Amino acid sequence: MSELIKKTAAELGSLIASGEVSAVEVTQAHLDRIAAVDDRVHAFLHVGAESALAQAAAVDAKRAAGAELGPLAGVPIAHKDVFTTTDMPTTAGSKILEGWRPPYDATVTRRLREAGLVILGKTNLDEFAMGSSTENSAYGPTCNPWDLTRIPGGSSGGASASVAAYEAPLSTGTDTGGSIRQPAAVTGIVGMKPTYGGSSRYGLIAFASSLDTPGPFARNVLDAALLHEAFSGHDPMDSTSIDQPVPSVVEAARQGDVAGLTVGVVKEFGGDGYQPGVLARFQEAVELLESLGAKVVEVSCPSFTYALPAYYLIAPSECSSNLARFDAMRYGLRVGDDGTRSAEEVMALTRAAGFGPEVKRRIMLGTYALSSGYYDAYYGSAQKVRTLISRDFEAAFQHVDVLISPTTPTTAFPIGERADDPMAMYLADLCTIPSNLAGNAALSVPCGLADEDGLPVGLQIMAPVLGDDRCYRVGAAVERAFEARWGGPLLSKAPAL
Amino acid sequence: MSAITREEVAHLARLSRLALADEELDHFAAQLDQIVGAVARVAEVATADIPPSSHALPLTNVFRPDVVAPSLTPEQALSGAPAVEDDRFRVPRILGEEA
Repeated sequence: MSELIKKTAAELGSLIASGEVSAVEVTQAHLDRIAAVDDRVHAFLHVGAESALAQAAAVDAKRAAGAELGPLAGVPIAHKDVFTTTDMPTTAGSKILEGWRPPYDATVTRRLREAGLVILGKTNLDEFAMGSSTENSAYGPTCNPWDLTRIPGGSSGGASASVAAYEAPLSTGTDTGGSIRQPAAVTGIVGMKPTYGGSSRYGLIAFASSLDTPGPFARNVLDAALLHEAFSGHDPMDSTSIDQPVPSVVEAARQGDVAGLTVGVVKEFGGDGYQPGVLARFQEAVELLESLGAKVVEVSCPSFTYALPAYYLIAPSECSSNLARFDAMRYGLRVGDDGTRSAEEVMALTRAAGFGPEVKRRIMLGTYALSSGYYDAYYGSAQKVRTLISRDFEAAFQHVDVLISPTTPTTAFPIGERADDPMAMYLADLCTIPSNLAGNAALSVPCGLADEDGLPVGLQIMAPVLGDDRCYRVGAAVERAFEARWGGPLLSKAPAL
Repeated sequence: MSAITREEVAHLARLSRLALADEELDHFAAQLDQIVGAVARVAEVATADIPPSSHALPLTNVFRPDVVAPSLTPEQALSGAPAVEDDRFRVPRILGEEA
């Protein structure tokens, strides 16, 4: 096993820029790692070895020609298979898009290429990013590198597993209700949901457009910030993209300081339904923050307890509309077109064959919540709860700089345990959903291992809209202090694959 | 009392253009009933004086200049189509006439 795969993205970037190692060597080391472990982890739906080596060679040629390289040029990355890529298939984890080659690149994809990042392949996800375990992928689940019988989180479970298994130092994800932070927490890595509108949705296959947010995964806070900066910023192709400078996240990650900050502990996130080992590690993080000079206070956000039900009305409603585009006419699967059936019959047969059970459930739930007679009671009420949640955040940020909570109520659960119990599965996103509904920034960083099962626990750090830098500043301070205590990154305690 | 019956699921499936099998209707009816029962809690706090939020950001209309910009070629746009004829998407019959 090459030592290169254990290095951080920042280290790899400077080794490549200085010419100590070539981008091709770094890419080959990661491709070798994928070949050695991915039959067990199943993080990737597609590996583009040839195109990755060609991209790496182009970076090396650029350097040889004397060009200045960016901080991540030549660094490999695993790309969630929900972003369009012209040179690789894009499936969103669904049979309805099997083998589809998009005619355009997502803005995130384009910016990765412009930064010289080497795209190794596309990672597995719950179908159309709907789920918390990757078990809803039409192509089979991804396994957690800490324990291959357990889920790696979801929907960006291939993304989290690829980074935790050292198959890539970085990966992209998308977070609609927790799909970056929850997988990061249960695999012992760092995952960031930027402020909504801070990263472009153009070419991101839509699930719930008012919530979907692209963000980075990495094994440390600085690497996550470097990737965040590389693909974020205003995009005229996404009309909900924020036309303001990206917060200075890299600088904040380098500073990592909490002295003088006020940290609010969300009172509503704890107690019944939370695993004791998760609460114990969270309490340690609270004490750690105090020892680092932060003032810690308890904050009540009463509407947060209504976030989960509001989310499971708003997200399915938006999904029922967004997924109407899969109509068997312009791209993707077409089933039953035998010359006798109508377009509508072909559409219904195709969608029944191409979508999995969770996607069907959510489309029908959304159709129900939006239908006349039920709209006010369900979708309308959920939108009001959304207002209340934003107000709770605004009130809290009047007197605290960041809010913290456990990222998830439990550690990684066994594959299959919640597969046919939607309500149990939905609880995985209990603590992450408020920040999607309010659109603010939120980060998950490793917080130790639960005593009862030895599995990773995540600490969630929430900041105001466009306060992404605060997440990184606090996250970096927590990371540095914890790693001093642990004698290295949490991931170094994971069993060898 | 269950809010979502088998007949209701059949209706939702029709609206959603999902040709579900009979056994799927029973399965989804039980699950959707449980989910709707749980999420109905939102009505407890959604009083008349609270304005709804459709979005997290206070954005209104976002315009761009009305100028021609590069876009997909017909070949690119049709590249993923299940069936193509004369630079167009070929689709099954849309009107209700008998074949």
